Amino acid sequence: MLSESSSFLKGMMLGSIFCALITMLGHIRIGHGDRRHQHKHHHLQAPNKEDILKISEDERMELSKSFRVYCIILVKPKDVSLWAAVRETWTKHCDKAEFFSSENVKVFESVNMETDDMWLMMRKAYKYAFDKYRDQYNWFFLARPTMFAIMENLKYFLLKKDPSQPFYLGHTIKSGDLEYVSVEGGIVLSIESMKRLNSLLGIPEKCPEQGGMIWKISEDKQLAVCLKYAGVFAENAEDSEGKDVFNTKSVGLFIKEAMSNHPNLVVEGCCSDMAVTFNGLTPNQMHVMMYGVYRLRAFGHIFHDALVFLPPNGSDND
Amino acid sequence: MSEIHFREMASKSWLNFLTFLCGSAIGFVLCSQLFSILLGEQGDTQPDILHNDPHARHADDNGQNHLEGQMNFNADSSQHKDENTDIAENLYQKVKILCWVMTGPQNLEKKAKHVKATWAQRCNKVLFMSSEEDKDFPAVGLKTREGRDQLYWKTIKAFQYVHDHYLEDADWFMKADDDTYVILENLRWLLSKYNPEEPIYFGRRFKPYVKQGYMSGGAGYVLSKEALKRFVDAFKTDKCTHSSSIEDLALGRCMEIINVEAGDSRDTIGKETFHPFVPEHHLIRGYLPRTFWYWNYNYYPPVEGPGCCSDLAVSFHYVDPTTMYELEYIVYHLRPYGYLYRYQPALPENIRKEVILLRFNPRSVHKRSANS
Repeated sequence: MLSESSSFLKGMMLGSIFCALITMLGHIRIGHGDRRHQHKHHHLQAPNKEDILKISEDERMELSKSFRVYCIILVKPKDVSLWAAVRETWTKHCDKAEFFSSENVKVFESVNMETDDMWLMMRKAYKYAFDKYRDQYNWFFLARPTMFAIMENLKYFLLKKDPSQPFYLGHTIKSGDLEYVSVEGGIVLSIESMKRLNSLLGIPEKCPEQGGMIWKISEDKQLAVCLKYAGVFAENAEDSEGKDVFNTKSVGLFIKEAMSNHPNLVVEGCCSDMAVTFNGLTPNQMHVMMYGVYRLRAFGHIFHDALVFLPPNGSDND
Repeated sequence: MSEIHFREMASKSWLNFLTFLCGSAIGFVLCSQLFSILLGEQGDTQPDILHNDPHARHADDNGQNHLEGQMNFNADSSQHKDENTDIAENLYQKVKILCWVMTGPQNLEKKAKHVKATWAQRCNKVLFMSSEEDKDFPAVGLKTREGRDQLYWKTIKAFQYVHDHYLEDADWFMKADDDTYVILENLRWLLSKYNPEEPIYFGRRFKPYVKQGYMSGGAGYVLSKEALKRFVDAFKTDKCTHSSSIEDLALGRCMEIINVEAGDSRDTIGKETFHPFVPEHHLIRGYLPRTFWYWNYNYYPPVEGPGCCSDLAVSFHYVDPTTMYELEYIVYHLRPYGYLYRYQPALPENIRKEVILLRFNPRSVHKRSANS
């Protein structure tokens, strides 16, 4: 009896040690190295009333034009109907939007990444965008084809952020020691972050193409690890009331949750007025959002905004 | 003796080995559980978004400033501080609308409640009409039965009730269902060009059966004060009777008899404002099949796709509770910051004069609409 229990205990010890070893190794791979917990958060700050009144409309237009956003949408052939909807709706408001697909699709123009792996697609897309457009755009936004994004609100959010600083923004999630921007909410990088990222893409120790020893790590986490080595840290984007502006869910889902969690304050508790992204939309819902955001409104509610954005040319749904 | 002893030893070590394996498996599992708790995926727990403290998610904020030159701003106040609602408020005073919502006892909590929580607050006066009175909701009891065949009875009695109790409290009288979503500001903009003393009514105009057309019941319709007077009077003098149970058609027939004009509710560029379905059904080409009755009913050429619907839409129908709140968020909260809308219709003449006066006497920009 004694020998059995002792071998049982020995077994337990060995099992625990084995497990601990594996976990530690896995962690080191993920980039356990940089222990400095950098955490900066910024609050949305609009210019104050007096400043807005002093700026002429021309000056406001010039200021608005200084934000140049390049949109990256990673797609696969199965996403064709979403792709069509995204093309016909919100991406018209990007200064430039390009679709990066896993393989060539006859129906739509895209940049062929020639890979199915999301992390490889992401890396190649960021490299392509940086190499080709580093001088023309100062902000780079990566989206999923199930997303609806409002570029004007993105630019307003970026109002006092200097793109020559390393910004990495979106809806953040904490995973152990790593805080990363979830790809499901959209990822915003300043030109400085793009520069730093691209300088590391060629270094496999810092930015491996296949991270994670035992199981695959999602592409948004891999990006965060890579950026961390370059001194770029994720920040959660919030409005002045602390509500997320990058959302990983659709309006409908938020409303349904609000109706069960706080039925007396459904709309007030839902989402930011300045929301930049929603995710999980069907193609039809994108067209509805296009109408709902850029057209449908209540007469007699006037806003005095610091920025001015004109509707894009040749578009009939906004 | 030694053989038995040997077998005993062998079985014992086999048993030992098994317990050892068992132990290591359990040890492994326990340890991995422990690690996953310690290093927890502090996942995507949605922060308590009613919490006003923007620091709520960041308990350990004492990191060094690695982003030189960035200021840590103070939290801004409410997002509606850039909003000027003077014109909407002005119209609220000038174009008084009484809304009555067709509902029933079983739908008060299911549907009417959400109407009450959203657009109904923007009517100058709102009444919920049911077959039986409900003092708590509150709902008016029309003393009819319930059911589709009672709709015209309820309509006649509801208008009678409104006429008898609230005639002088409003200029226009709107009927809506408990699954209709109405944008009151846009209705006021539409009606501001007209005189409530004229006999006229507006809604989504259908062409069959009635020469001047009639208004879809579900999309909601609105009567001028004169139209309401004539309608109620017509039943006293038998000019109109409960001729059928098809509410909107029967009402339309009556309107024609009593010379109340069926108005054109389209906006200044010809887009429809009252909608018999939700936005998706109108905006998506091919959603409503070609064989659907709707295509033959519309008085004006029906349009699908972006041209279906005015920017200043007044109503949508078949709106379920979730969609009510979604529309409320989309219309009154979410907006594209700084965007110059393509469609910029002129202010109605009388309002324009007042706005010019306002410019010379600027009031506080922080004014909020009395009922928003």
